[in-house]
Amino acid sequence: MKTFEYARAASPSDAVRRSGPGVMYLGGGTNLVDLMRLGVAQPDHLVDVSRLPLDAIEQAGDRLRIGAAVRNSDLAADPLVRARYPMLARAVLSGASGQVRNMATVAGNLLQRTRCAYFQDVSRPCNKRRPGSGCPAIDGDHENLAVLGRSDACVATHPSDMAVALAALDAEVHVTGPGGDRIIPMPGLHRLPGDAPERDTVLEPGDLITAVELPPPPPGASAYRKVRERASFAFALVSIAAVLDVRDGAVAGCRVALGGVAHAPWRAGRAEQAIIGGPATGEAFLAAAEAELDEARPLPRNAFKVPLARNLIVRTLEELTP
Amino acid sequence: MDITLQVNGVPRAVDVDPRMSLLDLLRERLGLIGAKKGCDHGQCGACTVLIDGRRANSCLALAVAVDGSEVTTVEGLAGGDGLHPLQEAFIEHDAFQCGYCTPGQLCSAAGMLGEPGPSAVTDDVLVDPDLTPAEIRERMSGNLCRCGAYVNIVSAISEVAR
Repeated sequence: MKTFEYARAASPSDAVRRSGPGVMYLGGGTNLVDLMRLGVAQPDHLVDVSRLPLDAIEQAGDRLRIGAAVRNSDLAADPLVRARYPMLARAVLSGASGQVRNMATVAGNLLQRTRCAYFQDVSRPCNKRRPGSGCPAIDGDHENLAVLGRSDACVATHPSDMAVALAALDAEVHVTGPGGDRIIPMPGLHRLPGDAPERDTVLEPGDLITAVELPPPPPGASAYRKVRERASFAFALVSIAAVLDVRDGAVAGCRVALGGVAHAPWRAGRAEQAIIGGPATGEAFLAAAEAELDEARPLPRNAFKVPLARNLIVRTLEELTP
Repeated sequence: MDITLQVNGVPRAVDVDPRMSLLDLLRERLGLIGAKKGCDHGQCGACTVLIDGRRANSCLALAVAVDGSEVTTVEGLAGGDGLHPLQEAFIEHDAFQCGYCTPGQLCSAAGMLGEPGPSAVTDDVLVDPDLTPAEIRERMSGNLCRCGAYVNIVSAISEVAR
């Protein structure tokens, strides 16, 4: 690991004041410390923001404000989250292990790197790690990589489960930074790779996430389902966060977000538009899933993800139909 | 950098390189070799200790970042000369073969038994479920055992969870 200077931030504004070239914020460290050990991340300065007083989950009117430093395990165990946003609790519990969830923060979960095995191997080219060096995944191991929104420069996936639920819930990410405060609606925090895969998010240098705010839960039944290669502690092949509100046999509201299929949590807006206002039937869900996946561009060894995502959308919505 | 930790109830002041993990600090500087280095990437759980009472991968924690914390390793789990009930149960149920993962399994189980709420396999997230074998397997998925002693590990933990 390359050496660095370490400092604890006294406040969010102190953290931002300390930002600059070569400076990274440290949360729970479950991704960043690992990437530093691999030589992928090489900060000169670490500013520890994990102990900032941003660790509360508070009701704000009919909204819920989740501090950026709330640990993943505390988020999933919170009574308000479990009662009002069970899909979010289930998504968080689907990710990583008990130990990692105890360490990882909400902001760190969002800002873990979008990645693949080549990104983590400094002996290999990677456009995300070294822009312009190439993407060995396209002709290599890409079984678990992106099928939607990928580019010729990068096919990595964002592995967060929590972010998929937040995308479906229209969560807002509160950010402070050198340019002031702003609010980024999910899934707008993460970006597709295009020709700049080195950028995972729309954040600017020095930006610090301070909170995630949830609007009131959408009406209807909700679910988070994750398909993976082993029963626990594995990234999703495909996951889904879904909400379905059926009234008199017709769909009044529908939210669908997918994980494991793209460089960012994927809000399936086309599928939602196709479903809302129509009948709550398997045929309608299948047509909507196919409309969404029409733009998939799978690689030779991850084409299985397209029917997997289609079936997961249809099955989950059928199960949510009263 | 100068840091101070409470390790197994004993205050320890040490000067550490900012790159040093808590695991390396425990093993290389404090002579506590119970926590093991397996993968060094947070995937195997052999390094699990309790930080301020919560289980964590000590390989992913920078020592400087846990300055001021209370750390419990397998050496301090029982809090005295006897054995912790989990240690007794692991012996009783033959819950290990080579033993390399065992300190991490024990610390992880001790932390897990104090963690409220549902898991990924709980049907209703509003319920605090009983710790059935399925619940224990899911909650212990951050600890690998290459000998495959899982069946007996689950039965040992089940006994203490009752």
